[in-house]
Amino acid sequence: MTWASVTLSVAVAVAAGLVGCFAVMRRMSLASDAMSHVALPGIGLALVLHLNPLLGGLAALLAGAVLVWGLERQTGISTETVIGVVFSLALALGSMLATGEELVEALLGAPGAPGPWELALGLAGVAAIVAFVLTQRSRLVLALVSRDIARTAGIAVGRLELLYMLAFVLTVALGLRYLGVLLMGSLVIIPAATAKHVARNLHAMFAVAVGVAVASTLLAEVVAPVLHRPTGPVIITLAAAAFLGSLLVRRR
Amino acid sequence: MANALEVRDLSVRLGGRDVLRDVTFDVAERTALAVIGPNGAGKTVLFGALIGALPYRGEVRWAPGTRIGYVPQKLDLERDLPVSGRDFLLAKVEVSGARRDEAIRALDLVNLPPAVADQPIGTFSGGQFQRLLLAAALVGRPTVLLFDEPTAGVDEPGQERLYEMIERLQEAEGLTLLLISHELSVVYRHATNVLCLSRASPCFGPPEDILTPERIAQVYGEPLKYHHHHG
Repeated sequence: MTWASVTLSVAVAVAAGLVGCFAVMRRMSLASDAMSHVALPGIGLALVLHLNPLLGGLAALLAGAVLVWGLERQTGISTETVIGVVFSLALALGSMLATGEELVEALLGAPGAPGPWELALGLAGVAAIVAFVLTQRSRLVLALVSRDIARTAGIAVGRLELLYMLAFVLTVALGLRYLGVLLMGSLVIIPAATAKHVARNLHAMFAVAVGVAVASTLLAEVVAPVLHRPTGPVIITLAAAAFLGSLLVRRR
Repeated sequence: MANALEVRDLSVRLGGRDVLRDVTFDVAERTALAVIGPNGAGKTVLFGALIGALPYRGEVRWAPGTRIGYVPQKLDLERDLPVSGRDFLLAKVEVSGARRDEAIRALDLVNLPPAVADQPIGTFSGGQFQRLLLAAALVGRPTVLLFDEPTAGVDEPGQERLYEMIERLQEAEGLTLLLISHELSVVYRHATNVLCLSRASPCFGPPEDILTPERIAQVYGEPLKYHHHHG
């Protein structure tokens, strides 16, 4: 545990909590999990080419976001089916490109501290994501309730949705180092799903989602070394425990 | 009287099928146009083209400075969506650059108690939700209101109150109204003009010309019971 890695993972938890709120409300829980798999072939390709694997993952995610966005705009195609096929393919290709230890690290994350550049870029990315969600939340809410209401209110709905997808995949990319392709989607979805269950308005949802994501991250930093386990899976286990606990809370 | 909207030869093709073909009509300012027709005749598609959500051929000309308030057809929302009525209204306030007190004014105009507005929107009754959508449409001082079946999912007495409210608002705010409706007796009473869409060619005119038993039978493909309310 270093201050750099704790700082970055807490910042990423904040971004994940906020971005996750709209992912869960837009009913893209499963799609977004599948989508984070698209990072794998990017990581694999970067390893083959001796480039930074995280940048490879980010590039593949950005391409995936544009692809999903484009598919959603097409009528007559079952988006869910295409996402299912494309992202299973991504997982398969990625597993062939990366092998052994590298593959396990790409899938589940690896211990280790971020370098100064990674920390700086990561924090800048988090700042951009948080600023996007907080400044665009009204537009996102209107588009969520009805695209037609949003459109007549002067919102460029297509562009807004593309920006949201980019914010989403950037969030996933930021967590790849310590959570991996398989678990990062869960840090976005589970805290927000917990918040959706207990909150009755938007501010409460933001607060609970960020709270669960940050608390799971911090607690995992303490618990994981004691259990001699990597931090990533412990974070997700704690977040999932919070979600299960929230089911016991009666909402009304 | 100036026109709020002029539509010429509007055609919309979706999935290889002509949903609308050569629809032409005008809507004068501060009047009400009712759009009628059987299911699948393209009523909602027409609205989609008018607001620029769907590609079309032909001309759609809104008067300069038109601001549209849109009340969509019954929305499929999850009951546990953590968005309160107030969140939704304030989102509309922020996006349309209105003042915050416009949200309170809008709630007042549609008689929605503030205590109800604080609930999650998924828990609203049909009538409450329609009034919330109407309130949101009124935020930002629209010049035109578009209603897609305002009374779907609203009980009978609620429907009458909703139409009365719409008419009162139209008067008070000087609005132009476009509404899709299945309630022909309501259309007869409230509409200035009627546009009927059907597989046959579209027809357009004042209700007393359009809502004749023969015409209705032609549009809906079968005689439809409805009552004239004179006076």
